[in-house]
This record gives sequence, C-alpha cells and structure tokens, in this order.
Amino acid sequence: MRLNRRRFLGTAAASAALLSSPIALGQKRPRVVIIGGGAGGATAARYLAKDSDGAIEVILIEPSRTYYTCFFSNLAIGGFQPMSKLAHSYGTLASDYGVTVVHDWASAVDREKKVVRLAGGDTISYDRLVLSPGIDFVKGAIEGWDVTAQTKMPHAYKAGTQTQLLKAQVEAMPEGGTFAMVAPPNPYRCPPGPYERISMVAHVLKQRNPTAKILILDPKEKFSKQGLFMEGWENHYAGMVDWLTDEFTGGVQRVDPNTMEIVLEDETIKADVVNVIPAMQAGSIAQQAGLTNEAGWCPIVPATLQSRMDENIHVLGDATQNGDMPKSGYSANSQAKAAAMAIRHALTGSRAFKPRFSNTCWSLISPDNGVKVGASYVATDEKIAKVDGFISQNNEDDALRKQTYEESLGWYAGMTADMFG
Amino acid sequence: MRALIPALVLAFGFLSGATSVASAQDIARGERLFNACLRCHDVGKDAKNRIGPHLNGVFDRKAATIEGATYSKAMKRAGADGLRWTIDTLNIYIQNPKNLVSGTRMNYRGMRKEKDRSDLLAYLRQFSVSPANIPEASASLLQQDAPSLHEETYLDGDAEYGEYLSGECTSCHQSSGADKGIPSITGWPQPDFVIALRAYKKGHRPHPVMQMIAKRLSEEEIAALAAYFKELH
Repeated sequence: MRLNRRRFLGTAAASAALLSSPIALGQKRPRVVIIGGGAGGATAARYLAKDSDGAIEVILIEPSRTYYTCFFSNLAIGGFQPMSKLAHSYGTLASDYGVTVVHDWASAVDREKKVVRLAGGDTISYDRLVLSPGIDFVKGAIEGWDVTAQTKMPHAYKAGTQTQLLKAQVEAMPEGGTFAMVAPPNPYRCPPGPYERISMVAHVLKQRNPTAKILILDPKEKFSKQGLFMEGWENHYAGMVDWLTDEFTGGVQRVDPNTMEIVLEDETIKADVVNVIPAMQAGSIAQQAGLTNEAGWCPIVPATLQSRMDENIHVLGDATQNGDMPKSGYSANSQAKAAAMAIRHALTGSRAFKPRFSNTCWSLISPDNGVKVGASYVATDEKIAKVDGFISQNNEDDALRKQTYEESLGWYAGMTADMFG
Repeated sequence: MRALIPALVLAFGFLSGATSVASAQDIARGERLFNACLRCHDVGKDAKNRIGPHLNGVFDRKAATIEGATYSKAMKRAGADGLRWTIDTLNIYIQNPKNLVSGTRMNYRGMRKEKDRSDLLAYLRQFSVSPANIPEASASLLQQDAPSLHEETYLDGDAEYGEYLSGECTSCHQSSGADKGIPSITGWPQPDFVIALRAYKKGHRPHPVMQMIAKRLSEEEIAALAAYFKELH
C-alpha cells in the first residue's frame, strides 16, 4: 500500500482544479481517461496509476460514489451476504494511487477532438481513453418491458436498489406463489448468473415458503454449468424449479408489468414476482461513440483491447466482443491489466509483455455448496482464444463444495482489493 | 501386527510377481528409516496420533481426515481439494513435504534418496488393509518428477516481469498477504514458491484453477513470479 502525503495533496489539488475550470489541453504528462468504475475500469485505473508511478495522469469517470458489485449480488438475494458488503468507494484509488475520480456521467465522446463530455458540462481531453461501460438492455427486446417497468418487474442485473427490490419481492411472495424469470439470450453478462439467482431464490423460498414455485422461461437450449445447477436443484429444491425453453413455450411474446402477466405462445402466466433479464448490448456510451458493431458490442484488438474502430480507445469487459472470454467481472479485471500494460508501453515506453487472460466464475447453489468454471486464454490476431479450462464435477463431496464456496469468498476479497486498492 | 509382516510380504510378492517388489530386506531397512518419523508418527497395532496423525491405513486415504489429529490449514485445504495419499503422492511428499503442501506442519527437510523413500513406503504399506492392492510407485515419479521439482533455476527471476505476471495471481490472491478462503502467496522463500508452482504444473497438486494457471507458466515465468512475490510483504 502506498500512502503518500505528497501524492494525496496532489490529488486533492487536481480535483479542485477539475471542478473549478475546464481542464487545459496540452498537459505535460500523458493523460488516460477511464469511463466506468467497475471491474474493468477500476482495475485499469489502479494498474495504470500504480505501475506508471505518476508518469501518467489517470482520471476515472464514474457516476456512483458507492459502487455495488454485480458479482456476489445473487448472494445478497439469498441472504448469504449483506448488501453493505457489496458496497465499495473510490477513496483509496484517489488517496493512495493518485487517481482523479470524477463522479459524473460521461455523456459523449468526441473521437476527433479526443475529448469526453460530462453531463455536468465539463469536458476532459485524453491521450488514451479506456471505455468500460458494462451493459445496457436492448430497447424493445421484450414487448411490454422497458426500464420504467423495472420497479415492478426488476432485472436486478445492475446491483444496488434493483437487487434489494428483487430480494424484498421474493421475501414478500404469498404462500405457494410463483416466481418467474425471463432469462436472457446469449451473449449476456455473467453466464451462470441467472441460474445462481434461481438457486438463491429457491434457497429463500425453501425456508420461508416451501410450496412456492419457480419458473425459468429461457430462450436458450442450454446454459452455463447446467449439469451442476440441475443436479443441485434436484438435490436441494426438488420439485420447485421448472426450466422451460422456447421450444416448449413458444417463447415469451410480451409481459404486462401492471397485471404481472407473461404471455407465451399458447398460454398466459400470472406470477407474483417477475424477474425480467432482457437481451443486452454494450453500454450506451459505446453506442454513442460509434464503437459498436451491428450486434451492439465493441470489437477489439485481442492483445491490447484497442477498439477496432479507434486505436486511441481501449474497451474492456462486458461491452467487448472479444472472442471466447465470457462477460464477467473476472474477465474485465484480466483484460484491464493487459490494456493497462499496452497503454503504459504506448505512452511511456515501459516494457511490454505478452498478454495473458484468465477467468473463473464461482456460483453458490445451496449453503456451503459452491461450484466453479474457468478457463485461460491467449490473444490471437482474430480473437481472445480459449486454451484450457475446467469445471466442477457432479457428485463432488461436501468438503470440496464447502471449500469452493470459501474460496469464492476469498476471491471476492482479492478481486475487490485488486480493483479498489 | 509385526509378526504378520513376513506372511504379507510373501503374499504380496506372489500376487504382483513384479521384479520391482520390495524384498524383506528392503522392508526391514524401511523400518529402520521410520525411526526418523517416530517422534511424530505412530504406526502398527493401537497406533495413536502424536504430533502428526498415525499412519495405519494411510494408503488411499484422503489427506487430513483422521479424527483427532491436528492438521495445518494448508493440509486441510489440500485434503478438501482432493489430495489423496497414494504411493505416488506419499513419495513426492516424503521427498519434501512442501512439494505438495506449502504450509504443512510437518517440519521435515525431506528424504532425498529414492531408495530410502521406496523402502520406507514398502514398510508403511504393510499397515494398510490390503497392501497387495497398492500399486508400485511409477518409475517416472520416483526417479524424475519429484527430484526435478527442486532444480535450482529459480535464483535469477526477472522481478519486473514477475510484477506484470502477478496480475494474473492478484485477481484472487491478495497482495496484502490476506489469507482467507484463498492462501497468501506473499513473502515466500523462492524455492517454496517455485516448487509449489511446478507441482501444480505437473498435476501433483489437485487444485484445478492453480493447475490451469501453472500449466502455461514457463520456468522463466515461475522464477519471475517467485522473485516478485518474495519481496512483497
């Protein structure tokens, strides 16, 4: 940990300057501006600041002062983690690493002028821009649902109030009621996430409301860790969870947040809680900046995470179309380090090494019953390509599952320390 | 119990019919070698846990599962990960306990001679339920793999390269050295660090994430990481 009084004062001064006047162009130190303070953006900020040792000015733009991690938010729904444990601030990045943190919305990127416009009116110029905007939902993906409906039919796919709302709704379900999830099509953030959530909801209902039912309406024919989840549901929540694919239902035609109905091809289902997770695309700032392809994602150069549309912009995490890496916090963190190294090399001439990527996703199925899936990756010319992988096995003994869960808690602590310092 | 030994040896010799089978002399020699273990480990009739667990039936037992024995956190972790005592894992462990469990309580520098380990294990196998079913140690493990964990090529790792590579470690392991759920890897002596990664790379240690990460680390990269993490406290 580098707590340095001189640097701390320097940061405070920089923040004050930023607030009082537009930032002058032509500054001496090269400047990297980062949009988005999640697993990709916060990690990139920390590594750029730490490893360049002050040679690069790092500015992080993130609207939230308190950031709730999406990873582990299902555990909050299940009652295994308090919401407060998911909350993080940017104080250490500012005080210990000299990152200038600007709490505002980035409303536009002017790629010609290399300037980011903030909703508050300021503009910030950059030498390199790192874009880690996460996901947004595709408008009109599910008829009858838009973000104004999220208070009735929450997505809970951005953590915070949405997570708390869904948790409260599950806990308030009438006896023997129905929880329905409209699951997303590929590709989407956190592939095992919807199914871990089902496990957590089932755990809560098993304690409080054991005659309740859970329906998953899924456009996919298969899903991440399917065998492990199915086994877990059978063993721990027998008869409670029904997974229905479009082949069976004809697909979700529309939803009605006022009547809490889901209209299928030949049938209408009324549920007490409807968790709608719509189709996703790269966060809207990426769309605005013209960095997305027809599928709505940002194609990147695998080794450096540079946008295929603009070499001065690096895109991280969920927003990328990278090849084989899943959209996860771990992936974004892994990509951020490769990008930070490439940016330092480009701006300061520091040593560049061959990038390497990895990912592991842990999921909790029932108390002390954790599973994981992971892989390692390399950058080829075309894509980030998988080289090796593993997955937990069916019928593992209790001690291993417990250890895997404890390991996931350790990972959470390690990952958030790696992001926020 | 000891009176049974000759009969068991005969039975074993007959069943396996292999030339590598331990002779009675080997087993007697193994018993003498076991004197070095006796302060901490008991074996035979009415064997009790001492500083370390008793060793009756150790073959094919999952690590850290004897009730009432005291184990390190690291050994319990290894057991839950799937470490099972076989002729091969015991061979590697006795050669240097840190090959398999970096944080083991077993304060023993290791038995470096292959013949010694072979004889010691020939002695210990008599105290398992069906010694005849225990396979011989594979030659590759006895003669090559375990000793090669200790090749001394770790001394001049490139710490700056290690710092870059460490990014792959710190997604899980904390640079502060915190040790909850996931072990601390900071401030380790370089040999211990190198040995551990080589053991994951070769699959001697069971953890799938670590095996995957270590599998694609070159010797140079392992050395670089060891040099970097040694200085991190």
